[in-house]
Amino acid sequence: MVAFILRRLAQSILVMLVVGLVAFFMFQFLGDPVNQMVGVDTPIAEREALRERLGLNDPLIIRFGKFVVNAAQLEFGLSYQHKSPVTDLLLERLPATIELSMVSAVIAFALALPAGVYTGLYRNRWSSKAMLTLSLVGISVPTFLIGILFIYLFAVVLGWLPSFGRGDVVTLPGGWTTGLLTTSGLKAIILPALTLGLFTLTLIMRLIRAEMLEVLRTDYIKFARARGLTNRAVNFGHALKNTLVPVITVTGLLLGNLIAFAIITESVFQWPGMGRLFLQSIQEVDLPVMSAYLVMISFLFVVLNLVVDILYYVVDPRLRVEGHGGGH
Amino acid sequence: MSKHLLEVKNLRIEFPTRKGLLTAIDDVSFHIDEGEVLGVVGESGAGKSLTGAAIIGLLEPPGRVAGGEIVMNGRRIDNLGYEEMRKIRGREIGAIFQDPLTSLNPLYTVGRQLTETIMTHTDMTPTKARERAVELLTEVGIPAPEKRVDQYPHQFSGGMRQRVVIALALCVNPKLVVADEPTTALDVSIQAQIIALLKKLCRDHGTAVMLVTHDMGVIAETADRVAVMYAGRIAEIGPVRQVVKQAKHPYTEGLMGSIPVIGHTDEKLRQIEGSMPRLTNIPTGCAFNPRCPKAFDRCFKERPDPIDVDGTEVACWLYDKEAAHV
Ligand SMILES: Nc1ncnc2c1ncn2[C@@H]1O[C@H](COP(=O)(O)OP(=O)(O)OP(=O)(O)O)[C@@H](O)[C@H]1O
Ligand code: SF4
Ligand SMILES: [Mg+2]
Repeated sequence: MVAFILRRLAQSILVMLVVGLVAFFMFQFLGDPVNQMVGVDTPIAEREALRERLGLNDPLIIRFGKFVVNAAQLEFGLSYQHKSPVTDLLLERLPATIELSMVSAVIAFALALPAGVYTGLYRNRWSSKAMLTLSLVGISVPTFLIGILFIYLFAVVLGWLPSFGRGDVVTLPGGWTTGLLTTSGLKAIILPALTLGLFTLTLIMRLIRAEMLEVLRTDYIKFARARGLTNRAVNFGHALKNTLVPVITVTGLLLGNLIAFAIITESVFQWPGMGRLFLQSIQEVDLPVMSAYLVMISFLFVVLNLVVDILYYVVDPRLRVEGHGGGH
Repeated sequence: MSKHLLEVKNLRIEFPTRKGLLTAIDDVSFHIDEGEVLGVVGESGAGKSLTGAAIIGLLEPPGRVAGGEIVMNGRRIDNLGYEEMRKIRGREIGAIFQDPLTSLNPLYTVGRQLTETIMTHTDMTPTKARERAVELLTEVGIPAPEKRVDQYPHQFSGGMRQRVVIALALCVNPKLVVADEPTTALDVSIQAQIIALLKKLCRDHGTAVMLVTHDMGVIAETADRVAVMYAGRIAEIGPVRQVVKQAKHPYTEGLMGSIPVIGHTDEKLRQIEGSMPRLTNIPTGCAFNPRCPKAFDRCFKERPDPIDVDGTEVACWLYDKEAAHV
């Protein structure tokens, strides 16, 4: 187990280094940071001095080393646009994005699991077929369109929920801001979370259904029935657990997607998260923000992947025990 | 007439298909007595597995029992609801399938699968059930059962897994076990061991067995009676000696002829010529008539029903004495 985790950890670090390289080169070659920092009328000599001070004349490898060391310490320099540390900017918006993503993940999974199991077990019922058809909508209609439809229906026509912003937030000790503790905050998160989670919901539901159908055909399910186990034990104890092995992998990746896709939802709902900051930074060619965002999102993906691998290990005994006997 | 443990009467299994109803099992009747081993043989597609599935109530839709009765211990079971039939499965009728490698759930220890089954059918406490699980593993000949009980299926070899499957099928002492080709998927070297184990356990516990197999050697050694199936019907059924030594039905004769005889290894294995008809175009009259060396007029017009000949039932016009006089 320890060896396994160490191996995965080493892989993760490698992945992060590659991402760092991409972010670094983006930084280096997309525009000249000195131009962004000084006025048009600054003399050449002064620019050179600034270059020297910023270490921009050092060899690439040294600059990359510095970049990695800084990134590891969450140091990404100053934002061109906001003139404040990028890390502070991102961290300030991190809670909004994480809360949005997590709430949509919880909604998506909580609905996808029963829906997937139901449609898998009772695939011939018309209700299953209706759910499947409906799920196609979730997969094929673009997120922003769904967001706009939601806003139109629930905010404009019905007036039940706010159409933008995060509502009132409470600052927790440690600086984390949360909207989940106020009524207006809870109301505000419903529409964006649903919008963001819909795609994931339908995807996981269809995946669970497909896996369920597959597993229900296996010999061990047939044998479990032949032993007279209750329907509940067969469907949930035996079938569902086997279904979860592949579902875990995909779910982990989809969680990463939720954070990344939050960009669109955040801009539709003017949600004050990292995604919106990133969109703005693209418009302003605010390179430090862009590369920091890239590194941060990749880091989240890598962590999720690691968690997924470990979960995999916990669920499936075939990976856990060094194989002996069997021989197949 | 004495009460039989299992009685299958005029069983008929149909599949609705796009091209109309397909009758896969047609008018099959037989019985199994307590503690008796009934061997079931026949070419692939003859309907052996379907018959077994119908008995344990696990016919896969769209297949369904369209006629006849299945009576277990004097109680009709073919028309029971899922939940009632579930209580009989495992408890009164156990089942063993072909492939031990895939019959066990890979995510649970064999102990957990055993205790789960035991506790479904009895009031045993978890501790008791576990003790029983270890006992069972000992009984089916698994070394170090105390340790093995907490291991996962992938840690067992194929033969060991089939022993676990047998333990699972017999764990609450059912009166009947339907064993559908229990050794076909195994290494030839361990097939005999598994059959011997199954035979011994069932004899010790007085369990009756419906043993489906392609191996006439196994039948000769294990079964008390044999049913020979052909194209969804029973061609011949009777005591094993008679059927193996003095086969009456021309199809059975052919089957017996296809057993390799020791000492004649260079001789080509004699196969029955032709192949079994598809369910969609079973010939009128006797289904075997295109391949039968002894077929005559009547065989192409009327379908023979089983006739009692010296304690063996044979579905063949050759044995219809009354008609022979005509
Ligand atoms: N779902 C189905 N739809 C239509 N026909 C089916 C279906 N399942 C089985 N059959 C038919 O029922 C017949 C009997 O099948 P069965 O599996 O009982 O044969 P078997 O005697 O066990 O053969 P084998 O020795 O290959 O296991 C076959 O001819 C098959 O074509
Ligand atoms: S009834 Fe006729 S065709 Fe059928 S097995 Fe007997 S002799 Fe052959
Ligand atoms: Mg079969």
